[in-house]
Amino acid sequence: MLSATALEKRFGAVRALAGLDLTINPGEFFALLGGSGSGKSTLLRVLAGFEAPDAGTLTLDGQDLLPVPPWARPINMMFQSYALFPHMSVGDNIAYGLKRAGVAAEERRNRIMAALDLVGLQGMEARRPQQLSGGQKQRVALARSLVMRPRVLLLDEPMAALDAGLRERTGLELRALQRKTGAAFIMVTHDQQEALALADRIAVLDAGRVAQIGPPQEVYARPATRFVARFLGAANVLEGRMQDGVFESAEVGGVIASGLPADTIAIALRAEQIRLTSADEAPRITGILEDAAFRGDDWLTIIRLPGGASLRVVHDTAPPAQGSLVGLLWEAGAVVPLFA
Amino acid sequence: MSRAILLAPFWVWLLTLVAAPVLILVLMAFATPAEGVPPFTLGLRFAAFAMLVEDFYYAEALLAALRLAATTAGLCLLIAYPMALGMAGLRPGWRLPLLALLMLPFWTGFLLRIGAWIGLLRDEGLVNHLLRGFGITDAPLALLYTEGAMLAGMVHAYLPFAVLPIFTALIRLDPALLEAAADLGARPARVFFSITLPLTLPAAAAGFLLVFIPAAGEFVIPELLGPPEAQVIGRVLWQEFFQNRDWPLAAALALVLLALLILPIRWFQRLGASA
Repeated sequence: MLSATALEKRFGAVRALAGLDLTINPGEFFALLGGSGSGKSTLLRVLAGFEAPDAGTLTLDGQDLLPVPPWARPINMMFQSYALFPHMSVGDNIAYGLKRAGVAAEERRNRIMAALDLVGLQGMEARRPQQLSGGQKQRVALARSLVMRPRVLLLDEPMAALDAGLRERTGLELRALQRKTGAAFIMVTHDQQEALALADRIAVLDAGRVAQIGPPQEVYARPATRFVARFLGAANVLEGRMQDGVFESAEVGGVIASGLPADTIAIALRAEQIRLTSADEAPRITGILEDAAFRGDDWLTIIRLPGGASLRVVHDTAPPAQGSLVGLLWEAGAVVPLFA
Repeated sequence: MSRAILLAPFWVWLLTLVAAPVLILVLMAFATPAEGVPPFTLGLRFAAFAMLVEDFYYAEALLAALRLAATTAGLCLLIAYPMALGMAGLRPGWRLPLLALLMLPFWTGFLLRIGAWIGLLRDEGLVNHLLRGFGITDAPLALLYTEGAMLAGMVHAYLPFAVLPIFTALIRLDPALLEAAADLGARPARVFFSITLPLTLPAAAAGFLLVFIPAAGEFVIPELLGPPEAQVIGRVLWQEFFQNRDWPLAAALALVLLALLILPIRWFQRLGASA
């Protein structure tokens, strides 16, 4: 179990890690999700040992990791740029760590072959990194890390440098590899789809802290803060407060929820959980259809509410014309109260 | 069309300052020495080249020059690599001032800097003065007009040419490569010898050549700081041109030097292509 408590790291005036707590279980696929400046890359570099935190603790199965230099940590990292050594063949790249660990030549050969086999690059050991495609480079980088049999593998934006078409497949392969090797994978990404699709648990980072942590479905369905709701996308966030049992919001210009906890300061409402009313239904609220965009599977519309806020709403069928007055309806349980 | 215009200065430069002088040298090398201006008459005479082969004086001067150039370039490399490593390791804000300091000596005249070495190393110079002042020696040491003085002057003059390419290569080195090596279990010294050094070797070779090539033809520093027996090719060239006024011989000598210096340039091109 990898455990970080109260990690602090400052770069000049910037507080990259602001008392961050995190626990990662053995053998889980964990995603660190956050925008630029959220501290996710700094956290990864602290875990790898490239940055020393100003304060806080970091342990792996009870062993203090902070005094351990990067070359002695049982943690390996796959770099965003892959960082393959350009003056070495694929085989020598993968052998590099094994040589440092003093693995005998014969076992080394076997483990290199097994690692190439694992990532589907049999027979490529004599190639130079420059002769490989982006996807192949990524696999070599993966093989180079996995051949070390790390307990924890850090992946810095592993799919960022790949073509969009390759990402989905590579992601699934990555998860299959994680299951096969049993190592804990900690993946840093800014792509929420990637994190939701692959991880057993995700942590959304905001300003050097964990804003929310949990299984993807839970974090997606029940965002804890406005930041998480906005970052995970597609959720409408409306500011307001509870008064006399109903949620009042100036930007809505009407009552859209009731019976929420008294300390609710905003609500999240997912675009796909709102629908337009038919003629015989009473809407929760009405608005003007301001804009519509066809997205292939569905339409996305922007509905302007009386108070000025706009809601994103997803439809399965063609929406009414722009400028129409439309009624909106959703299940009471679709409204998620936010407290921060 | 616009490409031709852009390339025009290059071709003008190549023709007037490289091709034409070499052509003149070739004509001169096959000419016959004569009294008058210019001190030769054109012809097709091989005596100058025959002389270079027959008289070992010239071969020795050539060897001495190549040895001096190699020693200078080697010393420059030994000093320049750690210097470049130190500079590249600094925060970007500190690099530029240090780079400026490195180039600072170029702001004073070349001869002035040689003059400064003479002032330091002569019998009544600062170094001997201090040595005697601290009671380390009683009589002045013969520092000037020695191999050491010559090498000090050479290294001082050519060091920046070796530092610059290495420094550039080091700051261009992807730091992720060094971190990846550390991540895979390499200690700092191992990271240096297995990653940093091999990846900056072409730049080190460039630094070596940038010193070696001009140093091979150097004659002022051996003349002013070196021992009288340091008959390097540059000095011999000078003597043949201006003292013996044997222009054909001097021209032949210059051509041989030029031909010899093309070899390391070719070697460097191969190195650059493989890196």
